[in-house]
Amino acid sequence: MSYPENFRYTKEHEWVLLEGDVATFGITDHAQRELGDIVYVDLPKVGTKFEAGKSFGSVESVKAVSDIYAPVGGEVVEANELLVNSPEKLNEDPHGVAWLIKVKVSDPAEINNLMTPADYEAYVGAEA
Amino acid sequence: METQTLRKTPLNAVHRALGAKMVDFGGWDMPVSYSGLVDEHHTVRNAVGLFDVSHMGEIEIRGPEALRLVDYVSTNAACRLKQGQAHYSGLLYESGGFVDDILVHKVSDTEFFICVNASNQEKDFEHIRGANKFDCEVEYASPKYAQIAIQGPKALEAIRDLTDSDLASLKYYWFTDGRFAGVPARMARTGYTGEDGFEVYVAPENAVAVWNAIMDAGAAEGIKPCGLGARNTLRLEAKMALYGHEITDTITPLEADLGWIVKFDKGDFIGKAALEKQLETGLTRKLIGFEMRGRGIGRDGYEVLVEGKPAGWVTSGSPSPTLNKNIGLCYLPIAHARPGEKIEIVVRNQPVEAETVPTPFYKRKK
Repeated sequence: MSYPENFRYTKEHEWVLLEGDVATFGITDHAQRELGDIVYVDLPKVGTKFEAGKSFGSVESVKAVSDIYAPVGGEVVEANELLVNSPEKLNEDPHGVAWLIKVKVSDPAEINNLMTPADYEAYVGAEA
Repeated sequence: METQTLRKTPLNAVHRALGAKMVDFGGWDMPVSYSGLVDEHHTVRNAVGLFDVSHMGEIEIRGPEALRLVDYVSTNAACRLKQGQAHYSGLLYESGGFVDDILVHKVSDTEFFICVNASNQEKDFEHIRGANKFDCEVEYASPKYAQIAIQGPKALEAIRDLTDSDLASLKYYWFTDGRFAGVPARMARTGYTGEDGFEVYVAPENAVAVWNAIMDAGAAEGIKPCGLGARNTLRLEAKMALYGHEITDTITPLEADLGWIVKFDKGDFIGKAALEKQLETGLTRKLIGFEMRGRGIGRDGYEVLVEGKPAGWVTSGSPSPTLNKNIGLCYLPIAHARPGEKIEIVVRNQPVEAETVPTPFYKRKK
């Protein structure tokens, strides 16, 4: 699977897509493969606020539970309901239907701190 | 990842070529999954899976008094094993806590073959050697063996044509020496999955050829390589103990619900006095299975609450792919270590309802 050009990526394997002042967060294909079969996704409620780099939820696979970290700071405006009953979608389509949350960002410039697709692919390649 | 320092089995390159996800497992670079943990789990329950377990250790004990040494260092009664038979046993400290859990194979009256956990092998060897007051030869034999497990209801069909030995007549927990895939092998009808299956021991230099021969021979049965991830969920469903989780150096076999591997009437053995004392004063805690009732998975190390108060800890916990429930094992005060108790497990600071249940969670049909 390729890493979408218009996404930006974190070292903890989240992706973010910024459209205006609303950002969509997800986890990368690399992350879902590392986690294996995903059984639970815990996401914050609408209205929850956090800063960049803070844990905002968790993804649990058969093997283990992993925190997920905010690529940029902001306030949750929507959580993906699909993942409550169909967490396995995260294994199937992590860059698409299985996005995690939408966030009204506090500082759009924070996205400049993140990796481009090329940087991320190099990072994942080096880590593997 | 720093892989140079990790120990490798002779099949390491095979796993990488198969695209396995590799992890550091107690200092070993091992495959955790290939096609996916859940897929591999179902493959073993329904067909047949292949595991590289060459990281496991082997210790050989030889000499006229070999039986006396084995019975002195282990809890089960090796004196009741027939030649060609194996059993599960415990290696204990004088305190009654586990050095390791082991499989003892009786090769002859004067030779025993012991399979031990990878991360305990050096410790086990030193322990047995230190207890060797019977002038036996105790050999650290791990470098002589690779071990491959073939597990699942179709295991026999998958591999029977690879040997002239009569695997079909081999009973559960018996073994035979012969040729397998053209090389000398020890073939045991043992396993760590709760299914029928075999564990085959061969020389490391033959491991790749044997692995490939099994993959080819089992293709018609749908054989798949399986990793340590599925091995863990399979053994948990069957309630087989994992060292460092259900059993440790501070847990006794009686607490671990493994009283059946302790034979008090066989003579003296290391740890016997401590276990007798424990029986006399009564157990204070015991291992018990649980199922989650609320949303969450009780995992290793999580706190267990009884009536809202800390009472025990989880030793292993996972979704059960076979049962489609979240299951686990935990230690509880003896009064609560029985099925039907309402408990809570603290999952990420949140108490989640669970209930103690009978085990094993899964038992294969005979």
